[in-house]
Amino acid sequence: MFVINCPYCGEREQSEFKAGGEAHIVRPKQPTELSDDQWAEYLFMRKNIKGIQFERWVHTHGCRKWFNVVRDTSNDLIKAVYKMGEKPPTK
Amino acid sequence: MTKNLRVKSSKLIDETYKISFKFNGRTYYGYKGDTLASALLANDIHLVGRSFKYHRPRGIMTAGSEEPNGIVQLHKNTSRTEPNVRATEIEIYEGLEASSQNCWPSVNFDIGGINNFFSPILPAGFYYKTFMWPSSFWEKYEYFIRKSAGLGKSPTEPDPDIYEHKYIHCDVLIIGAGISGIIAAKTAAKNGYKTLLVDEKPYLGGSTIYQNSEHFKINNQISSSWLEKEINEIKKIKNLEIKIRTSVAAYHGYNFLLARENLTDHIPLEQRNNKIRHRLLKIRAKKVITATGSLERPLIFDNNDRPGILLSSAIEKYANFYGVACGEKNILLTNNDSAYEAAISLYQKGINIEAIIDNREEIDSKLIKETEKNNIKVYKGYTVVDTSGYKRINKVSIMQLSKDGQKVVGPKISISCDCLGVSGGWTPAVHLFTQSGGKLKFRDEDQVFIPNIYPSDQISIGSCNGDFTLDEILSTVPKTLKEFLNLKKTDYEDLEIKSSFNKSKRNIWLLPSDKIIGKTKPFVDYQNDATAKDIKLALREGFRSIEHVKRYTTTGMGTDQGKLGNMHALGIISETAGSKMGELGTTTFRPPYTPLTFGTIVGRNVGEYFDVFRKTPIHEWHVENKAEFENVGQWKRAWYYPKNGENMHDAVQRESKAARDSAGILDASTLGKIDIQGTDASEFLNRVYTNAWSKLAIGKCRYGLMLNEDGMVYDDGVTTRLGENHYIMTTTTGGAATVLGKLEDYLQTEWPELDVYLTSVTDHYATVSVCGPNSKKIVSQVIPDLDFSDENFPHMSFKNTKIGKIKCRVMRISFTGEHSYEINIQSNYGKSVWEKCMEIGKEFNITPYGTETMHLLRAEKGFIIVGQDTDATMTPIDLQMDWIVSKKKYDFIGKRSLYRSDTIREDRKQLVGLLTENPDEVLEEGAQIVADIKKSPVEMLGHVTSSYYSPNLKKSIALGVLKGGKNMMGKKLIIPMENKQINVTVADPVFLDKENKKLNA
Repeated sequence: MFVINCPYCGEREQSEFKAGGEAHIVRPKQPTELSDDQWAEYLFMRKNIKGIQFERWVHTHGCRKWFNVVRDTSNDLIKAVYKMGEKPPTK
Repeated sequence: MTKNLRVKSSKLIDETYKISFKFNGRTYYGYKGDTLASALLANDIHLVGRSFKYHRPRGIMTAGSEEPNGIVQLHKNTSRTEPNVRATEIEIYEGLEASSQNCWPSVNFDIGGINNFFSPILPAGFYYKTFMWPSSFWEKYEYFIRKSAGLGKSPTEPDPDIYEHKYIHCDVLIIGAGISGIIAAKTAAKNGYKTLLVDEKPYLGGSTIYQNSEHFKINNQISSSWLEKEINEIKKIKNLEIKIRTSVAAYHGYNFLLARENLTDHIPLEQRNNKIRHRLLKIRAKKVITATGSLERPLIFDNNDRPGILLSSAIEKYANFYGVACGEKNILLTNNDSAYEAAISLYQKGINIEAIIDNREEIDSKLIKETEKNNIKVYKGYTVVDTSGYKRINKVSIMQLSKDGQKVVGPKISISCDCLGVSGGWTPAVHLFTQSGGKLKFRDEDQVFIPNIYPSDQISIGSCNGDFTLDEILSTVPKTLKEFLNLKKTDYEDLEIKSSFNKSKRNIWLLPSDKIIGKTKPFVDYQNDATAKDIKLALREGFRSIEHVKRYTTTGMGTDQGKLGNMHALGIISETAGSKMGELGTTTFRPPYTPLTFGTIVGRNVGEYFDVFRKTPIHEWHVENKAEFENVGQWKRAWYYPKNGENMHDAVQRESKAARDSAGILDASTLGKIDIQGTDASEFLNRVYTNAWSKLAIGKCRYGLMLNEDGMVYDDGVTTRLGENHYIMTTTTGGAATVLGKLEDYLQTEWPELDVYLTSVTDHYATVSVCGPNSKKIVSQVIPDLDFSDENFPHMSFKNTKIGKIKCRVMRISFTGEHSYEINIQSNYGKSVWEKCMEIGKEFNITPYGTETMHLLRAEKGFIIVGQDTDATMTPIDLQMDWIVSKKKYDFIGKRSLYRSDTIREDRKQLVGLLTENPDEVLEEGAQIVADIKKSPVEMLGHVTSSYYSPNLKKSIALGVLKGGKNMMGKKLIIPMENKQINVTVADPVFLDKENKKLNA
């Protein structure tokens, strides 16, 4: 069980959080103008990386805020945590 | 009388405190401090159980948690019975009753022993190969295989003991209180770290604490005396917590560990009541120091499993710690210096040693010299090729090893004995380290895996790190600690160490025999009866991965998880397959390190505390009025109210009829309620529901359908506009939490620009729903100040009002198709409003109804239940609810998915009504729908989702989903059942009052 450093509350047990899948997938502003393939790309296609992955988490049993986490899926080490709307770290 | 094998008293056992216990029905005596194993050995009992497959007699092999054979059943046929308890771990107490396992009728005469003679036809994979065909016979085979499987017997009565869980946060956790662990604990605690030291044993000091040899000294004191002083010192340190009888079961990522603290297993049964038996410690440590020590390896030779064959270190511990001789004619077999330590200890205690057989040829150390000085015969360059004695070893046969160690040469010599100690060197206990994600490396010089890459802030010290000897430990551990704990110095820098151990070793994984391997039984896994022969067979049959060989031969799959023999299995595979040990890797070490009881895992979460449940404010009334309850999510909902011994069907028929004929009352408090406020509230609803919300007038209600982005129906409910920027949304009972979560997600991540605030108010309001043609008469008396005329209070509208002085919200909405009102009031008034409705409704035969009647009534109207009539594959179009999907809105969640190539298919499963040919026949929910039963394979067109007998329509009605169902109105189809076929006709899903006359009646 990891410890996640919620950007609003600080370090808490993983059991207080829920994972919300890959981060930085923006909902298209004009879905009606997309082809089936383009819409499917948004709807279904997700990365499944062994290594550094950008993902969304929510502090369900805490502040209920969504934020982003950079996690190495091979060893579960969290490299960075940042708020929604902030730019992902480059290093 | 049995023999008494107690030798010179040991200060670690209290010989003034005599304890009686029973083993296989007979009474024996031991002393306080004894384990069951040491007490049995003191009574000259080696034979404890039978092996798993061949039912071979087996005895105690070790003195610790790695024990494969000395496992017993405690307190048979009682509620406290426990199988597979290691005799080497359980401390004896007055009244302890233990018995042998896996034998019938007794351990001395076991019918299953016949398997031993069949062993040539019971090789690895026997069950897989034999019971494969004919496959239809599996059920018959299974009965017999299940009967012969398993070691002990599970209890059949509820567990009377109490268990609990506890969280611990510390700066430094030290696992293992041997010499390395004690040094680490003192160093960490004295430097201000909040420290926790745990050890699975009931005492501190590991194996050093019973070391009495002049050959191992620290600052000119015998190592045990030196360590004893250190232990006395650490007991006084305030920020150091010490837990004995505490076994770390699992080491997870981020230094999260689970340990089991054993609190009562060592005290008499009658003293255990109301005490906590096991405590599961959930430890989060900033730093972890693993000092778990090492396990002595056995040696693999023909018939190496007889009772009376023990690890040499175990024989030494029984003599030094417990004052027990394991035999009167002892022989030791070794490939390293450890056996000489044991020999010297035994000699000091006056225990006879017949001979030492050493695989090494040219050896020289102080320990060997002293052994030989004591006139103990040492056979150098020899090995044991066979043993004899069915229930107790009585003889070993030895031969000389060839130079390359591949075969034996020369004449065979027989030596009689009653005990054989074996020492194959040491294996670091790296189980917890690898569980944490650590990577091992293989050290070729002494053929051991040692920690290499640490995944978290942790370190392994002492013999679990491959530092086996006293001088290695005392020179390495302080240095390691200094670096790990960021210290300038430790108390252990200038120690004067005397250690006579010579590190030479002759490692032969499978000792050679004068017989061909097929004629031998060299056991590698003692509990599961896997031999070197089985491993070689697996390799011949093409298995290469260690994980596959393990599963095929069952090596390492017993309750001991192969702590003794796994390394030999690897060694034999690597030699046979010609691969390098380091490249082969190990099998995965999985938690728990030693078995946990189910009680430890569940803690206090048993019975009514198994899971939390939620009760409505009106719950007590339902209980008093004998409702049956149904679980909906975590809620306990009234299901139906049986009267005068009614069954469910009769109760539901009565309730359903009363609701339509006069008045019914339902506790709807469990529906999710979300308060939505903000200047963009209307726009927000436009985006999350399929229909339009901007034009909804204040004081009006509207039904909404919520989709997932993939277009599938997710939730539904009625939302009411309370003010210009204020709505209250209701959700399904089970969906409340996830709907709120989803709405918050969109608000925070996709539409942060919207000014909207969401608050869950489900628990703040009680909801009383009164329906039926007389509902208005009742509710207007409950709330006399409100104008209930259709003009003032039409269907789908809401009023803020008061009952007496108490504010409440009344909605005129309906899930039954009847004229009905929902009164929402602050929770604590819920029950009194309900009771008032009941009192006033009496003259109208107001009938409380539960969820089952609610489901029946809504099915008559063709209203769906999300999750029953839908799964995650139904769009609103599939549900024939096109009317609720706005064509005008530019976007809403899921809109784009409604015209994907897949969702516009005509032959998707669509919601339909089903009527049976025989109106009394009620379909089974979940039953398949087919058109042509003769076609092969039969094409499944859909299934029944809801089915009831309607007392109001006096016929059976059902809803179902059907491929292309929209265009199949009136079509005759078949529901095939186990022994009949039911003819049905596809119908409109609205069975009653299609014109909605009743709503306004």
